[in-house]
Order: sequence, then C-alpha cells, then structure tokens
Amino acid sequence: MKTHWQILVVDDEEVMCESLAAWLREDGYTVDTASSGREGVEKARARDYAIYFVDLKMPGGMDGIETMMQVRRLHPEASIIIITAYATVDTAITAMKEGAQEYIVKPCNPEEISLLVNRIIKVKNLQRENTILRKKLSRQYVVGDVISKNARMGDILKLCHEIAGLRSTVLIQGESGTGKEMIARAIHNSGDRAAKPFVAVSCAALAETLLESELFGHEKGSFTGASERKQGKFEMADGGTIFLDEIGDISPKLQVDLLRVLQERSFYRVGGTEEVRVDARVVAATHVNLQQAVTEGKFREDLFYRLNVIEIRIPPLRDRREDIPLLAHHFLERLAHEMGKDITEISEGGLKLLMDYNWPGNVRELENAVERALVTSRGQVLTEEDFSFLAANEAAKAWTAPAGMTLQEMEKLLIMATLERTNGNIKESASVLGIDRSTLYEKIKRYEIPR
Amino acid sequence: MKYLYVGATPEVERQAYGAVRDRVESAFGVAVREMELGAVDFAYDRERGQYGSIAVLEMLARICPPDAVKLLAVTERDLYIPVLTFVFGQAQLSGRVAVISLARLRQEFYGLAPNREIFLERAMKEALHETGHMFGLVHCGDRSCAMSLATNVRQIDSKRGEFCVPCGARLRRNMAVREQGL
Repeated sequence: MKTHWQILVVDDEEVMCESLAAWLREDGYTVDTASSGREGVEKARARDYAIYFVDLKMPGGMDGIETMMQVRRLHPEASIIIITAYATVDTAITAMKEGAQEYIVKPCNPEEISLLVNRIIKVKNLQRENTILRKKLSRQYVVGDVISKNARMGDILKLCHEIAGLRSTVLIQGESGTGKEMIARAIHNSGDRAAKPFVAVSCAALAETLLESELFGHEKGSFTGASERKQGKFEMADGGTIFLDEIGDISPKLQVDLLRVLQERSFYRVGGTEEVRVDARVVAATHVNLQQAVTEGKFREDLFYRLNVIEIRIPPLRDRREDIPLLAHHFLERLAHEMGKDITEISEGGLKLLMDYNWPGNVRELENAVERALVTSRGQVLTEEDFSFLAANEAAKAWTAPAGMTLQEMEKLLIMATLERTNGNIKESASVLGIDRSTLYEKIKRYEIPR
Repeated sequence: MKYLYVGATPEVERQAYGAVRDRVESAFGVAVREMELGAVDFAYDRERGQYGSIAVLEMLARICPPDAVKLLAVTERDLYIPVLTFVFGQAQLSGRVAVISLARLRQEFYGLAPNREIFLERAMKEALHETGHMFGLVHCGDRSCAMSLATNVRQIDSKRGEFCVPCGARLRRNMAVREQGL
C-alpha cells in the first residue's frame, strides 16, 4: 500500500531532485519536487507529505534546517530526511535536534534509502491504521471530520461549533443516512462535555415499555424480569450527551415523560419513587418531518418546541452533489486500506455515474456502494462497471407508491397509463390489466377518461 | 509494425547481449530489433569514476528510432544517479528508454570466482525489470517477482526471472492499452 503516500523532494540542484524523485517513483510513490526551501514549504502548506527529503545546503536564505523547521511548524508529525554532501557531525546533530527523522549523506547506498523509506512508510501505515481503528471504535468524530464543501453544510458545521459548548437541546432533522448521529457526536466531542459519555438510543428499535426502562432505568421488581435495579440511559449520560434517534417514533406517553425530563431535568426510574436528577444534554434526531407530525396531532407541540431549541436540517446527498466525489474518495481511501486493496482512483465515468445517481439512502448508501464496488472490482481503478449495480437499484426503485392517493385514483391513473402505452387499444389494454373489455369500457366511462 | 529495440554499447560482450535480447523477446512477446550504440563516455564523471545514467537516458531518448515501442540499452559502464552510490539500471517510468549496467552483475566485482551462469541470469532479470518500468510497472512487494526492488546482487539472485501473477496481468493490460493507443 504505497500509492497513498506522497513524498516531497526539496533540492536546489534539479538533477539531484529529479533523479531521486524518479527513483522513488519506480517504487510506486507519488513524488513532488521543489527547487528551493521556500517552494518546499509552500507545497507542504498545500498538503502533508509522508516523507520530506530536504537538501541541507540550499541558497536563497533558506537552508535545509530552516526549511525543516518551517515544515514541522505546519506538520509536527512530518518525517523529514536531511540530505547532505558535507557530512559533519555538527550539522547532523543540529538536524536531529530540530527533529529530522534521519540524515543521509549523498551519494547514498540505494539499499540504505530503500530501507529508510520502507521503515518510515511502515510506521505511517501503522499510525494510519491505528487512527482509523480508534475512530471506528470510539466514533470520536469532531466537527472537522465532517466532509463537505456544500455551503449549507458549511453553515451547519459553523453552527455546531458555536453550540458545542451550550447545554441547549438540539433537534437534527434529515433523511436516513445523512449522518445525523455523526453530527450529534461531533457536537458532543467539540464541546466541554467531550470527556463525558455520549449515549445513543434508537427510539424506533424498542417497544414502548422497554424504551421507557431503557431511558429511565428501573427498580428491582418493578416488572416481571426486573431482577436488578438498572440504570437508564439518561443516568448514564449524566454530564454528557444523550442522543435520541428516531424521536418521531415515540409513543404519546413517552412524549410526556420526555417533556418532563426536559423541563425538570429530573425523572423517576420505572417503579421507583426516588427523583433522579441528571445533567444530560439532549440531542434528538428524526427522519420524519416533526413539524408536520405536530400539525397532524401525532407529536406533542410543547415537546417539539422543547426539542427544537436549536434546529439543524441536514440536506440530503442529492441536494449537495458537489460532496459526492469528496465523500466517495474518502470512503475509497478508508475502505481500500481496511480491505488491503490497492485501489486509489475512481474513473471519470464512475464518478459521473455516482454524481447522477439519486442516493435515496444518502451518505450511508454511498459508503456501501463504494464498499461493494471495491469487493467486486478486479482493476486498479473503480469504473462505471464496478458501480453498475446502482443503475439496477435505480430501475427497481423508479416507482414508489404515491402517498395519500385513493384506490380509485390509482386505478384511474393505471388505466390511463395502460391506454397510452397501447395507443388506445382497448382489447390489448384489457388483457394487460387483466379485466374484460366491457369492464374496461365501464371504468373508462365512470372515471371520465378522455380517449 | 513497432519493435522493441535492444541496444548495446561497443564494449558489451556479445554473449550477454544475445541472452538479454532473447529473454526480452520471449518475455514481452514483441519483435525485437538489435541496435548498435555508441560509447557513453560523455556521461563520465571524473570525480566519481562512474557514468551518469540520466545523461545516458537523455541520449537514448534522442536516438530512439521512430518504429521503436521501447529501447533498452545494455552497457558495461557502472552507472549512478547523483543521490545514490550506484544503480543497476534506470528507466523512464512508462517512458520509451531504459538502460542496464552489467558492471556490478559479475561475481568478480565482489572478489568472487567468475560464474557465467549467475552473471547471465542477473543480466536477464535486470533487463526484464527495467523493461517492466518502461511498460509502467512499479516495484513489487513480492520478493520473487522480477519487479521487486533489488539494491544488491543477493536480492537479484533471489528473484525469479519472471513477473508475478499480478504484475504479469498489469503488464498485459498496460501493453494492450498502449497498442490501442497506437
């Protein structure tokens, strides 16, 4: 897995720079070059490299040590190898003191450079794997981890930063797969509650009574099977954040209980008489339109306003298509690494297909699509073909039952569509619809279908 | 019709040249043409007592025949690039020219008794390696593959004179793409 890693060679002598770069490219690395310390620092500002080869002696007021110090200011973890033709103990000591990882004297034995580069890359691979695993394990996302260049998302992230330190309740609305939990975690981890627990509860997953005991805990013997006193999620989240996912699905009774917790900051365990006080920030999320649920009388208005103190609406992926390539490459990089596949690119055709797709399952669906393509791909680049299963999805889901339509309206539409397809041929339409010709005539008359 | 040219500088012994020529022809399945090359004295660095491989590649690029898919040069001269003490060979990655040096492939170079078989084996492996680079292959992690990086002769000896399965597949794909582009 070399191709992820980029190397920068900084040397004022072009032939030195280019020959080392060419040699490293044969090893499969992507290599950039810079002909001065200043240019090297500029390039380091634009991106972090896995390894920096920096020549010690460079003219123009910025030698290798100075270049290295400036690069380290930008990237404290940078691996820098100082190259010099004038090996003196003094400069070597200076370079190492300032944080050079290694020091090579040119001309250098190819084996030495090869071992050096391999060793550094091995460590980089391990560090990266470690970071990925840790993130995966603890899901400690911060606001900076959210990938987007969409203006609306930018506003949301700004808002997340601003509200991270507050205690106000947050309501996150967005279609499934848009990353509601990730935003909730980002808010939690970016504020002063970060060190305290983040407890997530899916309100849709549990039956009413179970959810009640799950949220508030229960006393021993409060119901059959309650053999021990159990702490609820609210208590577990004390000092931290409780994330209530699919809040739109909770029963009227639980709505009342929840309203009480939000108002009083205290509750009773199921079957308990002792009031439990908690300091948990509530972040709720829903994929249904809660405002509409309020209008329809399915969700308590007072609870809605208690929850909706700070409102975040995450746009669906199809409304921020500019993020698709960014996210696709992000998932590709992470998943290819996890799966040990040496695939780093998505072809132009592949990207176009991703851009054109509607993504009903949003970011989660995109992640799954990249994973599936990686599993089946045989090449080094993910192509249109690798994503062809999306086209099949699209075709299968092209028709969905329209909401709020009566059977009769549906029947009328279907008859009209069938007649249109058969160019008004009654015999054929009747056969397609599976009814007699006379029945079809009758329906055409009843529904006043123009012919 | 395009050819894979294999050239030799005047001092190269003909038997080694022939062995390299034949191996390249059979490995890449492209018709090979021989090419007599001039001496590479222009690339000599008096201080190092070696020949700069970059200058050699530049010369090769200038004289590369129009009907050449690639041009692989063989020389006896010890090659270097500025940052390294030596190179066994060098290629333009995905380019048209490459050079290999026989200087460090003989047992005698390391003070050992001569062994022709070992020498010719090494020459053929290096030829495959650098030609592989011209066809866009990069170093392979499989130590037995011809595309694995060798920085000493022991590593050359432990390779097989063939590409591993993934490198072979990559090579065929790269060659097919190139043919379509012709």
